[in-house]
Amino acid sequence: MFKILHAEFIAPGIKRFVIQAPRIARKQKPGQFVILRVYEEGERIPITIEKSDPGQGTINIVVQSIGKTTHLLNSLETGESIRDVVGPLGKASEIEKIGTVVVMGGGVGTAMAYPTAAALKRAGNHVISIVGARAKELVILEREMREVSNELLITTDDGSYAEKGFVTDKLRQLIDSGTQIDLVLAIGPIPMMRAVADLTRGHKIRTVVSLNPIMIDGTGMCGGCRVLIDGKSEFACVDGPEFDAHRINFDVLIQRNAMYRAAEQKSFEDFQRERESLLAKVHAEQEAECILQGGER
Amino acid sequence: MSPTKSLNPVPIKERMKVPRQHMLEQEPLLRAANFKEVNLGYPEELARREAQRCLECAKPVCINDCPVGVKVKDFVQLIVAGDFMAAAAKIREDNVLPAITGRVCPQEDHCEGGCLLGKKVQPLGIGYLERFVADYEQQHMDRSTIRKAPPSGKKVAIVGSGPSGLTAAGDLVQKGHEVHVFEALHELGGVLVYGIPEFRLPKQIIREQIDYMRAMGVHFETNVVIGKTVTINELMEEEGFDAVFIGTGAGLPVFMGIPGEHLNGVYSANEFLTRINLMHAYEFPRFDEPMLDFRGKNVAVIGGGNTALDAIRSALRLGAGKAYVLYRRSEAEMPARKEEVKHAKEEGIEFRVLTNPIEFLSDGKGWLSGVRCMQMELGEPDASGRRRPVPIEGSEFEIPLSVAVIAIGTSANPLIQSTTPGLATNKRNYIEADPETQRTSRKGVFAGGDIVTGSATVILAMGAGRRAAKSIHEYLTSGEW
Repeated sequence: MFKILHAEFIAPGIKRFVIQAPRIARKQKPGQFVILRVYEEGERIPITIEKSDPGQGTINIVVQSIGKTTHLLNSLETGESIRDVVGPLGKASEIEKIGTVVVMGGGVGTAMAYPTAAALKRAGNHVISIVGARAKELVILEREMREVSNELLITTDDGSYAEKGFVTDKLRQLIDSGTQIDLVLAIGPIPMMRAVADLTRGHKIRTVVSLNPIMIDGTGMCGGCRVLIDGKSEFACVDGPEFDAHRINFDVLIQRNAMYRAAEQKSFEDFQRERESLLAKVHAEQEAECILQGGER
Repeated sequence: MSPTKSLNPVPIKERMKVPRQHMLEQEPLLRAANFKEVNLGYPEELARREAQRCLECAKPVCINDCPVGVKVKDFVQLIVAGDFMAAAAKIREDNVLPAITGRVCPQEDHCEGGCLLGKKVQPLGIGYLERFVADYEQQHMDRSTIRKAPPSGKKVAIVGSGPSGLTAAGDLVQKGHEVHVFEALHELGGVLVYGIPEFRLPKQIIREQIDYMRAMGVHFETNVVIGKTVTINELMEEEGFDAVFIGTGAGLPVFMGIPGEHLNGVYSANEFLTRINLMHAYEFPRFDEPMLDFRGKNVAVIGGGNTALDAIRSALRLGAGKAYVLYRRSEAEMPARKEEVKHAKEEGIEFRVLTNPIEFLSDGKGWLSGVRCMQMELGEPDASGRRRPVPIEGSEFEIPLSVAVIAIGTSANPLIQSTTPGLATNKRNYIEADPETQRTSRKGVFAGGDIVTGSATVILAMGAGRRAAKSIHEYLTSGEW
C-alpha cells in the first residue's frame, strides 16, 4: 500500500496526489511515469510523475477523472492509500542545451510537461511554454510553469481566460513571427499532439510528444502498448513514452486506444451507479491491509 | 533415507499388470466453459495403487532425469507406506514448489521419460503422485511447525518471484541466509501467475506455496522493477546485499513482423495471458481489466508451445466459437506438454499444423478480420534438430478471425543488463552464466532461468535456481569467487 500524504483538487476533475514512495522518488527523472492499481480488482494504469521529492520520499501525480479508474482514484483523500504504485518507468526525457524550446501542455498534459520544462530550463534553454485548456478553471500549474519558462502563453478554447484559441494557434504565431524554434515538446490529448506534429512537420522543427497508450506491466513484457514508429512496432513503456512526433502513426494509436471502448463505457456506467458501495469496499481493503502491514508492502 | 525393505504388497512381477491410474478430470465440454482446474487429483486410494506400480529400480533413472533431483523412488515408497507427510518432506528436500511442478512439469521429458515401466507399459504417474502428496501436505500441515535455520548473517537479493527465484529463495533461506525477493508486478509468482492459467495451475496453489516460503522466513517486496526502481549495484552497495540472483524470466514478446500486426484483435501471448491470468479479465466486470467479447468469434493462436495452448484454451473458455492452433511444423515437433495437447483436443480445439501465417487482414476499420496463411511441408533438419518447415508454392489460403494471439516466443528483456555495468551478455542479450554454478561475470551476482537460456520450462528454471542457491551458499560461506 502506498500512502497518500496529501490530495487536493487543483481544477474541476483534476486532482494532485502526494504519495509516499521513497524508492520511486529517489530515481524519478522528468518524463517518467508510474503504473498504479487502486484496489484488488482494479486495472493498472500509467500516470506521468509531475515531480518528486527524494528527501521526503514522495512523488506527485496529477490525475484527471475520465473513466472508472481515474474517477475512483480521484475519490481517494489525504490519509488513504493506493494499493500498488510501481516505477519510475519509461525513458527519461532527453535534456540537453539546444537553444529555444517550446513546451506545450494541453489540459492535464501540462502536469506531465512541467518536469521536462523545468529540466530544459535548468539546462540553459530558452523555454517558451504554451498552456492550453478548455476553460479558465481548467488551466493548471500556471504559477509553476511561469517559474520554469522564459515566456508563458495561455489559451482557452472558450476564451474565458487569456487568449481564446488552441495551443497550436499560438505555436503557429510563433513560427510565423520568425521565432527560431529548435525543439517542440507537446503533451496533451492525442488530437492536440497530432495537430502539433502536422504543423511542425512542414517547418522541419524537431517535435517530441509523450504517449499514453493502454499498458499492463510497463516493463516491456506484454507488448500491449506497442505503437507504430516509422512502420515498426515500438513499446511505449520501455522505448518511450516520448517519441519523435513526425514518425508516429497516429491513426493506429487512436484505433488501438479505442480497443476496449465498449467495456470501458460499461465499467464507467457501473461505477456511477455503484460508486458508494465500491468506495466502501476500497476503504475496507485499505483498512484490512493496514492491519496486515508490517510484512511487505 | 530410503526404506531398505519394500513395503509394497504387490509382487514385482505383478506391477506391470496394474494399469496407470487415471487422474480424475473435469469433463471436456464442461471444463471448456469454465476456468476451474481441469485435473482434479488422485484420491488416497488411487495414489497408493499408482505408487505400488513403482519397480523400485536399484539405479533409478527418474532421479537423474529430474532437473532439481527429487528422490522419486524414496517419496513414492513413502506413499506406498501410507506416510504422505513424510513423502512431502522427502520431496521438499529437493523441490520447494511441489504442488506447482506436480501440475506443470513436462514429466514425459524428465522423470517419467526414463521410467522403466514406460518401456513396456505406461510410465509411473510421478507428476500425479507429486501433486497428490503436495496437496495432501497443504491440507494437513501446521505451518507453525516450520523450522527456521539459524541466521548466517548474510543477505541475498532475489530478482523475480518466478520459478527460478522462488526455488533459489527456498533453498537459501533453509541455509539461514536472509532472503529478499523483489517482484516487478503487484502479485508474486512471475510466469506462474501471469502466464499459466487458472485451469492448469490455480492461483490459490501458488499463494499457498508462497505463504509456506514466507513461513520459512523469506521476505517479499512487490512493485519493484530492478533496473528501474533500484539497480543491482544499489542493492549490493547501498542495501547491504552480499549476493544477488537474477531470475527475471524471458521478457519481451516476439512479434512475427508480418503486415497487420498492429490491428485491434492481434495480441502477444504475454499480453493476452497477462490480461486473463494476472488481471482477471475473464472475470470482467467484477474485475476492471477489460477483454474483447469472444463469444461466438473465431480465435487462433500462432505457435505450438505450452503458452500457445494456454492462450487458445483460455480463448475457448471465454466463449470462442472456433478455436485454432496454427503451427508451422507438424504435431510431432510441437513443444507443448503431451497432456495439454490431449486436453486441448478433447475440448474441441482445432489443430492446423504445417500452417504459417503471412498476413493479418483488416476489416477496413482497424480490426482484424482474418489471417492469410501458407501451407508448409517439412524439409531438412534445421539448427534445432527439427525438420525445417518449407512453404508450398501457391498454397495460400485465408481463415476468418476476430482475434489472433501470437505465441512464437520471447526475447531478452534488457532492463537489468543495461543498468548493470560489467554484466556480460551473449549476442542475443541474454545474461551469461556458468551452467554449473550460475555465476555471472559480476562478483556476487548469479543468474538463471529464462533470462539466461531463453524461453524454457518451469522445472528447468527451478533447476537453475537450485544450482544458483548451492553456489551462492558456497560463495557466502567461503568468500571465494
